[in-house]
Formats: sequence, C-alpha cells, structure tokens
Amino acid sequence: MKFSQAQVAGYAAVLAFGIAGPFLFPAYTIQLSVLWIMILFALTWDTMGGQMGYNSLGNILFFGAGMYICAIVQIAWAYDVAAYTSHAGAVKIDYTPEQYFSSLGAGLVAAGVGSVVFALIFGRIVFGLRGPYFAIGTLGVALAAGELVGTWDYVGGGGGITVPFYPGEATAGSTFFYFLCFPLAVASFIFLKWLYSTRFGLAINAIRDDEEKAEAMGIHTLRYKVLAWTTSAFFLGISGGIFGNIVGFIEPLEVAFPTVTFGIFMVVMSLLGGKGTLWGPVLGATVFHLIKETTWTYMLGWQWVALGALIIIIVIFFQQGILGWAQEKWPEKFGIVVDEDTSAEDSRREAAE
Amino acid sequence: MSEMIEIEGVTKAFGGIVANDNITLDVPEGRITGLIGPNGSGKTTLFNSIVGYHPIDSGSVRFEGKEISKLRVPGIARLGLLRTFQQTRIYSKMDCVHNMLISVSHRHEGVRDMFSKYSPEVTERAEALLEYVGLYQKRRLISGDLSFGQQKLLEFAMALMNEPRVLLLDEPTAGINPTLINGLIDRLKRANQEMGVTLFVIEHNMPVIMNLAEHIYCLANGRLLAEGPPEKIQKDQRVIDAYLGGHSLELH
Amino acid sequence: MNNLMILVQAPVINVQLLLDGFFIGAIFALAAYGLALVWGVMNVKNLCQGDFVIMGGYIAWWLSTMGIHPFWGLPVAMVVMFGFGWFIYRIIIRRVVGRDMFTSLLATFGLAIVLQQLLNLAFGPEVQTAESGFEVRSILGGMVTVADIKFIAFVLTVVIAGIVVTFMRYSRMGQAIRATAQDARAAKVMGIDTERVYAFTYALNAAICGAAGVLISMIWVIQPFFGMAYSIRAFVIVTAAGLGNLPGVIAAALGLGFAEQFGGFILGAEFQQAIVVGALVLVLIVRQVQQGRRRQAVV
Repeated sequence: MKFSQAQVAGYAAVLAFGIAGPFLFPAYTIQLSVLWIMILFALTWDTMGGQMGYNSLGNILFFGAGMYICAIVQIAWAYDVAAYTSHAGAVKIDYTPEQYFSSLGAGLVAAGVGSVVFALIFGRIVFGLRGPYFAIGTLGVALAAGELVGTWDYVGGGGGITVPFYPGEATAGSTFFYFLCFPLAVASFIFLKWLYSTRFGLAINAIRDDEEKAEAMGIHTLRYKVLAWTTSAFFLGISGGIFGNIVGFIEPLEVAFPTVTFGIFMVVMSLLGGKGTLWGPVLGATVFHLIKETTWTYMLGWQWVALGALIIIIVIFFQQGILGWAQEKWPEKFGIVVDEDTSAEDSRREAAE
Repeated sequence: MSEMIEIEGVTKAFGGIVANDNITLDVPEGRITGLIGPNGSGKTTLFNSIVGYHPIDSGSVRFEGKEISKLRVPGIARLGLLRTFQQTRIYSKMDCVHNMLISVSHRHEGVRDMFSKYSPEVTERAEALLEYVGLYQKRRLISGDLSFGQQKLLEFAMALMNEPRVLLLDEPTAGINPTLINGLIDRLKRANQEMGVTLFVIEHNMPVIMNLAEHIYCLANGRLLAEGPPEKIQKDQRVIDAYLGGHSLELH
Repeated sequence: MNNLMILVQAPVINVQLLLDGFFIGAIFALAAYGLALVWGVMNVKNLCQGDFVIMGGYIAWWLSTMGIHPFWGLPVAMVVMFGFGWFIYRIIIRRVVGRDMFTSLLATFGLAIVLQQLLNLAFGPEVQTAESGFEVRSILGGMVTVADIKFIAFVLTVVIAGIVVTFMRYSRMGQAIRATAQDARAAKVMGIDTERVYAFTYALNAAICGAAGVLISMIWVIQPFFGMAYSIRAFVIVTAAGLGNLPGVIAAALGLGFAEQFGGFILGAEFQQAIVVGALVLVLIVRQVQQGRRRQAVV
C-alpha cells in the first residue's frame, strides 16, 4: 500500500497518542479506553449503516453477548458459574495471575467467536427485513436479549454478575485494559480498511446504493450481508469482554445491553463524523466522546435531553456529517473527480433536442 | 437453433388486473427479439415474471431448457439471464469503474473471491467496455452525477460486463438524445453479433425496434396479439389498431 | 411451568387473564390506530408514540394530585396533546416527511429520548397511577376480580374509537386525510392543503395517544421510560394487522393483550417486557416468511 506523507503523519500521530495517552493523562485512562471502544463502535456500525445501508439499531447485542460470554468463561475457568451467581457475591474468586490472564484470554476469544456465531444465526433471520423493519427488528432483538438475560439466573439474572478482579493495583489494571482497547480499535480499523478495498467493499456499497439492482446482477447479497454483520459482531464481542472487565460488575440492561444509550451512540457518532467513510466514524466518535465527557457532568440531568436533541438535529440537518460536508466543499482533496463539463451540460443538450 | 427462453402459458395477475394472460413465446438463441405493445400491455410485467421478480400465477418459464419459474432473482441472474431497468438503475454513489467491477459475473464466486482485489485484466475489461459505450472519459466520475443518457449507457456496459447469455432490455433508447440513438442501436447489434449475447428488447420507438429485431412479439391488454418479422408486424392491422386506434403506423 | 399447570387446573384464572388482556388490549388498539394513521398518511414511523401515551397518563395523574378526578384528564389530555402534536409536527416532523425511512425513524427516536428524559426530570422515575376511586368487585365465586375502572376504561376506549372513526369517515378533514393517504399529489391538485392535513393527522394521533395514556394511568401504571414498550406494542400490532385494516388492528391488539397477560402469568412478571419485544421479533419473522412467498423482502 502506498501512503502519502500526510497520511503517514496522520497515522503516526494517532498511534503516538494512543501509546502515550495513559501515561500523559493517567487520571483519564478509563475514559481513554472508552474512547477507543467508542471508535470501535462507530467503525463497526458504519460497516452496516454507512457502507451497506443497513441501519442497525441493535449492534449492541454483540457487545453484551461478548461481555457475558467472556465473564462466564473467566469464572468457569476454575469455579462453578451457577454456584457463583446464586450466592450473590458470597463466593469469592481467587485467581493467581496465571489463572486470571489465561481465563481472560480464553474469555475474549470465546467472546469473539460466540458473537460471530450469534451473527450467523440471527443474520439469517434479520436480513430478510429491509429499511425501517430491519432497524426496528435489530432494536427488538437487542432489547429482547437484554430482557431475557435479565431473567436468566445462571448468569445472575437481573442482579448481574461480577467478573474476577484484576490481580494487581487498580491503576495497573486500567492501563492493562487500555492496552487491550487501543490495539483492538486499531486492528478493527486496519481490518476494515483492507476489507473495503476488496470486492467485499464494492459489494456492500452496491447493496447500499441499490440492493435490487445488486440482486438483479447476481450478487450473493445475503452472503455479504451476513458476513458484514459477522465482522462487526466479532470486534464488538471482544470489546464487550474487555469492557466488562473494566467496569467489573455486569448488569444486563445498564452495562451489557444499553440499547437506548450506547446502542444509539454508535449511530450518532457515525452520522456526526460522516458515514460511509473510514475516518468519519473515528472523527465522529472522538468529537462525540470529548463533548460528552466534558459537558455531561455540568448538565445536571439534562444531558440525555441534549443527546436526544442532538440526534434530531444531526439526522435532520447534518446527515452527511463532518467528513461528508468536507467532501462536498473540497471533493478533489478526497480523490473524488468532479467534471464540471459533465451532467449539467449533457442534460441540457439532451433536453434541448 | 435452440431456444434461449421459452415462455409457456404464463399468467400473472395483480389483484383483479390480469397483467399477463396466458402468454406463450420463445426467445431464440443468438438473435434479437422484440417486444412491443401499447402502455399497460404487460411488457415489463412479463420481464419481471421471467427474471423472478415476482412469482407467476401459472405457466412455465424455461431458460436454456431449465425451468426457472420457482427460482429467485439473484439465482436466475447468476445463470446468465440479465435485465436492464426502464428507470435505469446503477450504483449511484460509486464511480463508473467500480460500477463495472462489481458487475462481473458472480456465478462461480467462492469465499476467497469475495475478499480478493480486482485483477488488472478485469479492470482492463471494465475500461474497455466503458470505452465501448463512450464513457471512458467519465470513468472516474460518481455515476450518480452522470446525465440520464450516460447512466443508461453505463447500465448497458455493466450488463455486458457480466457476460450474460441473454439480456432483457427494457426500453433502451427511452430518454436518449435522438442523435445518439443510432450509435446505441449499433452497439446493441455488435454486442449481439460479436459477443454472442441474445437480446430480448422492449421498445416504444418503432423505427428502432423494426431496425433492430429479427422477430417481434406484440402484446395488448396482457395478451399476445401478434408476432412475426418486422415487415409483417408493421402491416398487421391488429397491431396498428392496438397502438393508434385506427391511424396508420407511418414509419419514416 | 408450575403456573401453566395452575391454568389447566383452575380454568377460572384463564377468565381473569382474558378479561385483563381484553381491557388492556383495547387501549393498545387505540395507540396502534394512531400509529397506523400517521404511517399511512405521512409514511412516518412514529417511534415516540408510546411517549405520547405516557404524557397523556401524566396529565391525568397530575390532575389527580391536584384533587381533580382523572376522568377530566380525558378531554384535557386530548386537547393538550393535540396542541403538542401540532407543535412537534411544525418544528420537527414536517422536516422528515418525504425523506428516507431512516431519517424519520431516527428523528422520532431522538424525540422519544427527549420526551422520556423530560418526563423523568419533571416527574421522577417512580411508577404512578392516577387514583380513580372505583371499586374492585369479584365475580365467579370470588376467583375473578374485575376492577370497575377497567370496565369503564374499556367503554371509554370504545367511545373514543367510535368518535375518531366517525370523524374520519364523515367530516371534511377526515375525508381530506383519507384522500391524502391514498394519493398526496392528487389531493394537492384537488386543492387540499396537505401540510395542514399532515399537521392535523399528527396532532390527532397525539391526542389519541393522550387519551390512551389517561386510561392506562387509571387502570395500570405509568413511568417515564415505559414509552418505548408502548411504541413497540403499537408497531407490533400495526405490522401484524397491516395498514388500513381496522378489524385486524383490534384483533392483533387484543391478541397482544392476551399474550402479555398469559405470558406474564406463566413465565413470571419479569418476562413482561421480554414478551413485548419477543412479539415484535416474532411478527417480523412471520411477515418475512409471508413476503418471502411473494419473493419480496420486508421493506
């Protein structure tokens, strides 16, 4: 791959910030971890919504699924899960560092794999729906997951489940998990960058632009749709596993499946930055997270009202997002070819005859 | 000479309206066949019935001898039966070259192909076809920014890119600048002769279809009214009446 | 599954559940009708439907805290919500009519969030009921209890529904609405002010929801975040019945009411929300299968 100087500088800056972040701002390590997760949220949502035109309101399903799967594997590594959850905290998990890290590693792998399996299963169900039915259908599946998990005593039911504690100091733990979030986000970016450059990228764009045309041209649309969702599911699942460990205590509706909050943030961040691009979601997530972290503490209960209003405003007035707006103003900088001597003139000529 | 598409007794009704009423016709291989008829006679519905856009109420549709009336659109397309749309459909946010690249045949697409980049040969073929329809200069433009006529040409090029066995064209000259129509007819004929693509063409432009097609079917009110070579159809009183209600079909 | 055995062994409890499901289902039908109205006329999938319902409920509750009987909430809520609906149409909805589906969906979703949170700030997160002071009587040998208020609410639901349907059929505005729903462009050509029709339709929907909310607040409970569940219920019913199918809406709404009551009894109260959402997923799957036979996707 060839990169221009500006691009190399850009990537280097991001990577440098990523690596140095927790050391420059140690008090904000957890917020920085969340930032990387938000970037991952936006990127994976954009694969569905921006690149493929399938606006999923339920991607958070995989986040929660991964979170629970990871937690279960971590606990089951040496303990009986049912006994642990039924004693509501009376059973304490005591892991040696070796046990902790192996269970965590296995848990994260399981989270990714498990989410992929869910995507394959639910994908077949959900991709017969289009447009608003798809959006509401995915919303329904995510809400249902949160509700049902809340009734499942094996994983602690509505009371939630506590993951094993990090074997070490809290700050060391935060830094450790930061260095799981950051590379995961970067990995998802690199993966998607590659993916969009292959036939897969063109196919999902074709589905977005005109799915019936894509079908009429013989494209295996169902295959592409399910696989696209699967890639999102994989990264979301692992991020869920990590986040569960950062928070420590997993509650089904608030932490694992926050459909109406984080589930919708995904959409807003991508729209804000510019959907259908690689950097748009990254930009949107960063801006959104920054604004949220700095203003919310001052909003005294009005922050959610502000969020709802923000969604309305973006959706109505600014749907192209920051990058979309920039692309319209300076198309050449983005490699878009605009030929002044085209359409308008030809159309006039054609109409005149 | 074998039949590419055999339609037998195809009937399709929407609610109370019978759009296709017991239609039987053949599209011979390697030839250009025309489909004409006044507005509302069921031509596009027949195309939709053939390509699997909706299920038919009764009858059979055979493509290269194989019954396809129960198959779905993508599957039928992968067999090599393509259609273009009356309203001209392309991937409007992608540039012309990308429109072409994704239009390759997906018949033998395996999982590895899904993640492959496009080979130089494929890109060359795409650009050659764009050149063929006169869009090479515009190949890097976003296709949604093209004029209507240019989009129609792009759609045609995309269809050829797919290497179809037969192409169903729905009013290919509608909305095209009259001075460019001859060029399009020429390209259609060349696609048929040089690339061996069977064509089945719906047309309203009488001079065009009489020039282009070797055999023509005329629909009216959902039924097959008449068929024959252009010379015969032109003079068929039933066809004239169906179109103009009594006035003669003057052809210049 | 113990509860299932109880149902079999004591059939009388089925009657209780049926009655409760019936009464609440009727109110669901009101909200669903409003959703179908907005959907059919403007092609807007109003995701804040449930929040309009809850708002109506709070109006009735607030009146009751001031010593006014919540029945007065009906006319008050309908008028207030009508005005509110008109206002919302003018500032938000009219900008999303005619745009793509996702825009209107997300915009109403954002609105739902705003409304929920405002209600939360105003009234707090506790569940409330508007006290209507009616008796609870038992029938069938004491095994079945019928709260008088539920029966009264049912009668009121029918009355309101009757008024709305009559209005739609015989009034000029009602006819204008139906004309616009069939073909907006033709309606405009005929001189109908479609903007006014849209605003009126949306406001009427808000009023209907408000009325439903008043009834709900009297026979059940309201809470700022219950709105989403009502939106989903309305969506389930409309999807199952199809637009323009009033008997279907009623049947589907009652069916949902029954399903919730029976499901809640058999599986447990904590499953209530899951049942609503589960119904949604089920309805969408069934619809897919149906459309699949016509070789179409659910669009």
